Amino acid sequence: MEIRYWNQRLETLPRHELRQLQLERLREVVGYALQTPFYQKRLPKAGISSPEDIRSLDDLKKIPFTVKDDLRQAFPKGLLAVDMEKVVRIHSSSGTTGIPTVIYYTADDLDRWTDLLARSIVATGAGPADVFQNMMSYGLFTGGLGMHYGAERVGMAVIPVGGGNTQRQLQIMRDFRTTVLHITPSYLLHIHQRMPEFGLTPADLNLKKAWMGAEPHSENTRLKLQELFGIDIYNSYGLSEMNGPGVAFECVYKNDLHVWEDGYIIEIIDPRTGEPVEDGQEGEVVFTNLIRHALPLLRYRTRDLAFLHPEPCPCGRTARRMSRITGRTDDMLIINGVNVFPSQIEEVLMSIPEVGTNYQIHLSRHEGLDRLTVKVEIYSKLFTGDLAALEALKNKINEKLRASITINSRIELHEPGSLPAFEGKAKRVVDEREKL
Amino acid sequence: MAKQITVFLENRPGRIQSISRILKEKGLNILAFSIQDRGEFGLMKMIVDKPAEAQLALADRGMACALKEVFAVTAADQPGNLEKLTTALAEKSINIKDAYGFVSTSDKRGICYLEVENPQNVDIGRLIAEHGFTLIADKDLYDL
Repeated sequence: MEIRYWNQRLETLPRHELRQLQLERLREVVGYALQTPFYQKRLPKAGISSPEDIRSLDDLKKIPFTVKDDLRQAFPKGLLAVDMEKVVRIHSSSGTTGIPTVIYYTADDLDRWTDLLARSIVATGAGPADVFQNMMSYGLFTGGLGMHYGAERVGMAVIPVGGGNTQRQLQIMRDFRTTVLHITPSYLLHIHQRMPEFGLTPADLNLKKAWMGAEPHSENTRLKLQELFGIDIYNSYGLSEMNGPGVAFECVYKNDLHVWEDGYIIEIIDPRTGEPVEDGQEGEVVFTNLIRHALPLLRYRTRDLAFLHPEPCPCGRTARRMSRITGRTDDMLIINGVNVFPSQIEEVLMSIPEVGTNYQIHLSRHEGLDRLTVKVEIYSKLFTGDLAALEALKNKINEKLRASITINSRIELHEPGSLPAFEGKAKRVVDEREKL
Repeated sequence: MAKQITVFLENRPGRIQSISRILKEKGLNILAFSIQDRGEFGLMKMIVDKPAEAQLALADRGMACALKEVFAVTAADQPGNLEKLTTALAEKSINIKDAYGFVSTSDKRGICYLEVENPQNVDIGRLIAEHGFTLIADKDLYDL
């Protein structure tokens, strides 16, 4: 198999040198963290008042974990380590309690992130000769823009089409002889189902590869999609807290994802105790971002479950490989690639007086796309008997939900007392989607 | 004004039956009804002999229901009367939100229950009287 590198020296750096590089970068990032109100409160208590207090990588363990809620509490600038004049990009995501989270980047941060994306792209064998159709959404979501800049740096011909509009996507694939896609597994499946409608088969296209991310999926789904399209599909992992895509990526061996350890320190912990698990054991993934200075994040708990492969990869890269995501430590739902917490939905429903206290979140899949149905009971005391008011209520619920979770839902109104009521910890999510 | 009781119902088997059973248990009589279907749910609208009692009985069972005033218009049962009534309303640009009607076979009169948009803007009673219709008085309606 032909192995190509973007930065051969860094990608094949012996482990002890890699650890030395991590230590240097950790000190640098701790220096920036100490510029933020958030870490100024937190780090000195843990005995870290200057970068020199990090003497070895073992000192990382002195640093307390940072969690998603810390990002919300620190909104908007509690984690900002540089002057706004230095900031050149802001990404943001909806929060579970209405408070969003925000990530800032300096020009150098973007440069380092872009370089890891270029490395990821080249690791899959793609290069300047490829035509790349980026089907992840652009905007505040990091998936679209992140990969865009990485692909330009590699020299690919980038088509920044974004998500949605299957007919146009297929037209572009055909007209520009697209070779590489960046896409979610459910959308790739959807594209395949729609092709006959436009008189197309995979043989009419020039596709060679796809990078697939933003949604967990199984090896069987990858194999099925590879066979349906006759292409190679590579798993992509990232999260905006760690800049976005390009935290971990599969190489041509497609045997799980190399974590770019010069950019991110990965730890796998027992989510209950916070202690590291044994090598190869599954646990919660914790990352320290070594390459972003505008908004430093140390020991960030992702809530994703995965394990590390201890053995090296035949591609020669020394970065260890992480398994695909095997689950979550919380109840986060992924709906058409968008992260949604049931608590976000509950928060919105409970703010609407005409809605009763019982509700159900129902997930199904139609033609490859996820469908979110929110079933609510109407509140009998506020029922007016007016049909237009009921239709208006459905619209209001959908509008308010979309403002919080960014996606559309189907609202179903039910009689009071008709939805199953649950004792204690309510099980309100019914997920009927076939596992991908 | 007639009092219509509107009940919110899920669109699934047995829902209308459960409503009519609650009314039967209370000995309440349904004088007229209509169903409005809206996909996963619908509204059942009824004129019953004792509207307040019916509302209490249904609310007691947790049903979402509401009382609403509608016009009960009556005329002789003969061809052209609905056209005449709706012409009178149309000429005044009165929009009908909802209507259902039936004929009482005992006295050969047609009865139409009518809900209009912005009823406060026009004196419906006078308007229909001018065209030879009458609004049924509550006592007549509930003695029907």
